[in-house]
Amino acid sequence: MGAITLEKVTKSFGEVTVIPGVDLEIADGEFVVFVGPSGCGKSTLLRLIAGLEDVTSGTIRIDGVDATGMAPAKRGLAMVFQSYALYPHMSVYKNIAFPLKMAGIDEATIKQKVEAAAATLNLTNYLDRRPGQLSGGQRQRVAIGRAIVREPSAFLFDEPLSNLDAALRVNMRLEISELHNSLETTMIYVTHDQVEAMTMADKIVVLHDGRIEQVGSPLELYRNPANVFVAGFIGSPKMNLIEGAAAGKYDAHTIGIRPEHVELSTEGGEWSGVVGVAEHLGSDTFLHVHADEVGTVTARVSGEYGLRHGDKVWLTPPADRLYRFGADGLAL
Amino acid sequence: MARAVPPRRKLAFTVLAWAVGLTLFFPVLWTILTSFKTEGEAIATPPAFLFFDWTLENYVEVQERSNYLRHAMNSVIISVGSTLLGLLVAIPAAWSMAFSPTRRTKDILMWMLSTKMLPAVGVLMPIYLMCQWMGLLDSLISLVAILMLMNLPIIVWMLYTYFKEIPGDILEAARMDGASLSKEIIYVLTPMAVPGIASTMLLNIILAWNEAFWTLNLTASKAAPLTAFIASYSSPEGLFWAKLSAASTLAIAPILVMGWFSQKQLVRGLTFGAVK
Repeated sequence: MGAITLEKVTKSFGEVTVIPGVDLEIADGEFVVFVGPSGCGKSTLLRLIAGLEDVTSGTIRIDGVDATGMAPAKRGLAMVFQSYALYPHMSVYKNIAFPLKMAGIDEATIKQKVEAAAATLNLTNYLDRRPGQLSGGQRQRVAIGRAIVREPSAFLFDEPLSNLDAALRVNMRLEISELHNSLETTMIYVTHDQVEAMTMADKIVVLHDGRIEQVGSPLELYRNPANVFVAGFIGSPKMNLIEGAAAGKYDAHTIGIRPEHVELSTEGGEWSGVVGVAEHLGSDTFLHVHADEVGTVTARVSGEYGLRHGDKVWLTPPADRLYRFGADGLAL
Repeated sequence: MARAVPPRRKLAFTVLAWAVGLTLFFPVLWTILTSFKTEGEAIATPPAFLFFDWTLENYVEVQERSNYLRHAMNSVIISVGSTLLGLLVAIPAAWSMAFSPTRRTKDILMWMLSTKMLPAVGVLMPIYLMCQWMGLLDSLISLVAILMLMNLPIIVWMLYTYFKEIPGDILEAARMDGASLSKEIIYVLTPMAVPGIASTMLLNIILAWNEAFWTLNLTASKAAPLTAFIASYSSPEGLFWAKLSAASTLAIAPILVMGWFSQKQLVRGLTFGAVK
């Protein structure tokens, strides 16, 4: 079981308030991703749940039990750190066995559990090695193995993939998702990468300046962003946000159009512009168009598109996929 | 990428390094050579470098006149004793400063270091009188305590820099894995800190072994270590260079041998954790 509830949780470091107040419900078995730009408080929030930092005020409940003042070890959570935080003086076997040894479990059971975890994570041949002799991906697996053997009520991941190269990151992302499917344990995952958030999460929590901007499934956030921040943060490439007279026409302070929804034409449309940079990805083409009235607009078109730098185009915002925001940044 | 050094410059550096090294080593070598000469040859002009009658008579006489082993034992007790006592005090101090620093931690560290800038002779009178009142003149107890206090700032500083190098994440991981404070220290912190503690210990044994000011001023005979043993050969009746050299050679031999075998740890200790 791993249902976690945060009630009016705040955190200040001296005079500086990092988290001004967060309420959040995480259901048992959910894969929740905390996402936001660096410095938004997502790691601090995770560390508060872990018990590595003390809350300034508020309550944290794990499975209904008040865990606010509990020591990290007593909370039954396991954490995977960005730096892996393996014990450098211990072999892979001893690293994975460490939490079991601390729990006072007998050697035979430890051996069986460590070997089972190693088999799941393809680490069987490396059990005698020290962390220093492993590659980044293998180290990350050892860190995950150390978390799995404890059979925690929830896993906490603090940017676990940011030290890996791009190809490995995609692989590990899949492995962690598969792990979640097979274990069905609650996972809380912190990242600044919205692609990781979109691909892995059941529920995304978007954080900004220590506040929750929006909570929802990946597609809810993509389709119905609650405000300008979430609209700009979720989606790749970023949503085009346009202010001024062009937005006024739609009775809004800001309008947003996702690059994949911009309608392009070489004959005519609402805004005229000139192609600046064209990025050809094979499957897609990203066109950065300098439009006269609304500034630079990014458009994403499927496949190869015959436009080049300097070509004139017309852009039209689609009426049914236009996002409107008020002066306070909230969706209208 | 390694910087490319032109071969000629490399040669010049090699020659220079050897020259500096030999210049520094020469007095030690000369002392050792002189210890095997007769008193007459020791003061001969021009001095003989290698071609003289090698003799062990100085060593025999030095051992007969003053008991080398007793002095050596005192040196061992003082240097090892003060270092172990220092570590006992400094490990918890450095641990708390490295892992739960307060706003004043840096100030305390600087203040401790500043005590090393005071000339020792400045506090000779009070410390001498205190030892006298407590009946601890010429006593190993007072020397162990005083040398421990003298080297404590260095021990704390060295351990502090070593402990700072241990990533906080690893200690937090241990906490998440269910380790209590004592288990965290036994299973995680100590094994990672052992190399640092070892080099701190070595360096401080050497510092205490070579310490001459307090050992000379606070001892007469009973507690006199090897420093006093050497000093007793620079007598007012005239210098006996060969015997003084033999005494010096005997005094530095143990620490030289120890230093030779622990070079690696010492270099690491002397760079104060600057090289990661």
